[in-house]
Amino acid sequence: MFTFALPRFSLRFVPVWRRNFLVWKKLAIPSMLGNLADPMFYMLGLGFGLGSLLPDVGGMPYLTFLGAGTVAYSTMNSATFETLYSGFSRMHVQKTWEAILNTPLELDDVLVGEWLWAASKSVLSGLAILAVIWALGLQADWALTLWIIPLAFVIGLCFSGMGLVMTSISPNYDFFLYYFTLAITPMVLLCGVFYPVSQLPPLLQTISAWLPLSHAVELARPIIRGAIPSNWAFHIFSLLAWGFAGFWLALGLTRRRLLQ
Amino acid sequence: MSVVAAQGLKKTYGPHTVVDGLDLTLAAGTCHGLLGPNGAGKTTTLKMLLGLIAPEAGDIRVLDLPVPSLARQARLRIGVVPQMDNLDPDFTVAENLLAYGRYFGLKDNEIKQRIPALLEFAGLASRADTRIQTLSGGMKRRLTLARALVNDPDVLFLDEPTTGLDPQARHVIWQGLRKLLSQGKTILLTTHFMDEAERLCNELTVIDHGKAIARGSPRELIANLIEPDVLEIYCEEASGWGQEQAARLCDRYEQAGETLFCYTRNPAPALETLAGQCALRYLHRPANLEDVFLKLTGRELRD
Repeated sequence: MFTFALPRFSLRFVPVWRRNFLVWKKLAIPSMLGNLADPMFYMLGLGFGLGSLLPDVGGMPYLTFLGAGTVAYSTMNSATFETLYSGFSRMHVQKTWEAILNTPLELDDVLVGEWLWAASKSVLSGLAILAVIWALGLQADWALTLWIIPLAFVIGLCFSGMGLVMTSISPNYDFFLYYFTLAITPMVLLCGVFYPVSQLPPLLQTISAWLPLSHAVELARPIIRGAIPSNWAFHIFSLLAWGFAGFWLALGLTRRRLLQ
Repeated sequence: MSVVAAQGLKKTYGPHTVVDGLDLTLAAGTCHGLLGPNGAGKTTTLKMLLGLIAPEAGDIRVLDLPVPSLARQARLRIGVVPQMDNLDPDFTVAENLLAYGRYFGLKDNEIKQRIPALLEFAGLASRADTRIQTLSGGMKRRLTLARALVNDPDVLFLDEPTTGLDPQARHVIWQGLRKLLSQGKTILLTTHFMDEAERLCNELTVIDHGKAIARGSPRELIANLIEPDVLEIYCEEASGWGQEQAARLCDRYEQAGETLFCYTRNPAPALETLAGQCALRYLHRPANLEDVFLKLTGRELRD
């Protein structure tokens, strides 16, 4: 089989997803805390602390502005941590994927399961931030904010697809630091999570427009503010394109790593 | 009917030919041993038979299905015990079996019905809710074997199933494997424990550098490939004795460190000479499979 042949999708991924879900259920409380507490403190600390010093940002109170950014950012983080650290543990340390490959499942099924699992898990992260937004009454139109839930899944697909690429080439856990330093941190700072992209110099604005987190922020913020995002189809397409391209590349690289 | 039929398997990694024109046939209901030093190509061969690695040349049929093209259907009826334990550390004993059964498309209640018998077989009946981390090495191995049976397979591929186990644990695994053979299952076993191969296998294939270098039952290999009597002589003077006497009194001898191995069809003359030499500690024993293996593959380390 050609290493970079198209992924073969089938429902056989379901037991892989359920395996991860069963583990998650057993460890749900520490896992939720780890995933959710961090972005929540950023949002509340900066939102109230810094927000009290600022006039409206992007036409809304800073806490609302930051809350919308945090939905996108915490969803990205959740998908990234799941595919990098947990995925690497399952692939390399515990050899869980190798155990599964001895059954009628194929590597494509394993990776689809991991991809969709990480996206599902990031929905929870998005939901937790959304719950804080609801609790503080930051949303303009409650019903519209329900769109955050499917959006979180799409953001999750984007960043777990990209994360799986790193997992597929990583020799060890330390390697992931490169990805955080060179990809995740720049996105968090350049894509309009903490301040409007329009405040950046033109070059950085151009770079920002190409980064996938920008699409996530461009969708999440209008939804919280009560408006239908402009160019929503383009942003969704871009997120899915990043996610699918990442997934395809990761699958090819993992085939090369495990099946030769 | 042959359960596995592979012809002319070949696989190279860069300049290294790992499997080089290997043929392998497993008759139904038998235990077939694949013997070879480290790096001989045993694990690569198993992976090719499972359809996980595509051979560069050769034909494979497993349970009458062509592999790798229909490997998924074949794997539905194969049980695998890998060389390294890869149980799920976050799960209990029973959860490991449940999660694994689902990969075969089994329904949860179907698997749950099978779990008590599998745990009974593995001697883990009282441990269903124990976490994996607290199990001993032998228990983990037995659970891995039980896990390989969750789909009630027709054939089992066991990659060094007793490596790292103490003698008690090895004997328990062997009893389990004999029980499976008596139920009509077919087993393909890789090992470098000759006693394990001698006890369990009906048929052996010795491979080295990816090629089959000998085939037959353990008895046939011993009868055909090695002198029936072995004298092991241990001490510093062994080397001198070897050059003076063993060359004359035995068919063949080998020096390994301070031990001299003498192979002979007629041990009486050598034993007579040794009896007069009390400084020489020695052991007289019948030849075994390990002697055959060392004769075929040499004494150099393979790392």
